[in-house]
Amino acid sequence: MKLEILGTGCAKCKTLYENTRKALTISGKEAELVKVEDIPTIMKYGVMSTPALVKDGKLLFSGRLATAEEIAGML
Amino acid sequence: MLKVFADYVTFSLMGLQPGEHLAEALNFFIYDTLKIFLLLTIIIFCVAVIRSWFSPERTRRILSHNREYVGNVLAALLGTVTPFCSCSAVPLFIGFVESGVPLGVTFSFLISAPMVNEVALIMLWGLFGWKIALVYIGTGLAVAIVAGIVIGKLKMERHVQDYVWEIKVGEGEIAEQTFREKLLYARDYTRDLLKKIWPYVVVGIAIGAFIHGYVPQDFLLRWAGRDNPFAVPIAVALGVPLYSNAAGVIPIVQALMSKGMAIGTVLAFMMAVTALSLPEAVILSNVLKRKLLVTFFGIVATAIVFVGYLFNIIL
Repeated sequence: MKLEILGTGCAKCKTLYENTRKALTISGKEAELVKVEDIPTIMKYGVMSTPALVKDGKLLFSGRLATAEEIAGML
Repeated sequence: MLKVFADYVTFSLMGLQPGEHLAEALNFFIYDTLKIFLLLTIIIFCVAVIRSWFSPERTRRILSHNREYVGNVLAALLGTVTPFCSCSAVPLFIGFVESGVPLGVTFSFLISAPMVNEVALIMLWGLFGWKIALVYIGTGLAVAIVAGIVIGKLKMERHVQDYVWEIKVGEGEIAEQTFREKLLYARDYTRDLLKKIWPYVVVGIAIGAFIHGYVPQDFLLRWAGRDNPFAVPIAVALGVPLYSNAAGVIPIVQALMSKGMAIGTVLAFMMAVTALSLPEAVILSNVLKRKLLVTFFGIVATAIVFVGYLFNIIL
């Protein structure tokens, strides 16, 4: 599984990265965690409000944060 | 009720005399802080619920079907309810222009989003009354619509950074949230926003309270009163480099107004602080070439100065 955290480097994007990392610990799943900060790649997913989370190329949510528990439920 | 509480703390609990500088300042501070935070919590929550129906993706879809004029009006209105933070100004800008939203319409959105929003509305309503709040919203929308139309007429598409036109924007379909999820989102949003703006509000009200208690009445009348024709442009010029949000500025300008600053000058200053800022210019320079960036700031600043003069004359 590949998880991408989309964001241009704002504070919320860092929090989402941390929460996603915790979510992996909670769910006991293995995944490749990638921080995407480059605009063309972010736009490829049609995301206009950051932060956003992408799982295996599929957009899970955008424009908000999610708790580690909530993310664990989506994995 | 809040007034009673503020009076109780200042006059009974602290034993200060009405009319003293410290008493006036403290009383103002307690009353305003309580009132503003109560209003902020309730209204931000309600607006967060409403805005969960207006994702930027949906706004983009609506706007890409509308051309000039109607598009500018819609964009300015949607700017008030679509969630927006200056850190996503770049993806938003690219998403809009790439899906066929005209440049001028995109600007109407970008101008109205930070300037006309629920926080500005609450602060103005709480400190100035609903009439001024409505005047601010009305003129803020007008500035966004007119500035957007003018930028559209100037045909400045080639002054957008070239790479913007080469980006391929995906669809970005997300499942609609359930009502329960919307409420949870609204709760988190309210908490996060309050966490972010509370220092601005407290500092703003504290400075405002100081001015109320210590600065002599009519102190500003000579410089910032309506008879000084330079007051409005100076207020706008001072407002641009100041980076704050409506939450921090409004208590200060309210105090300035009570010391003789004219209403149009006050409105212009507030609009300049919220709509134009240096950090925003830096962010937008990622997508706009210098000429368009300067034009954008110039047109918006001119429109704001015009609004300032207008209200100094008619109010």
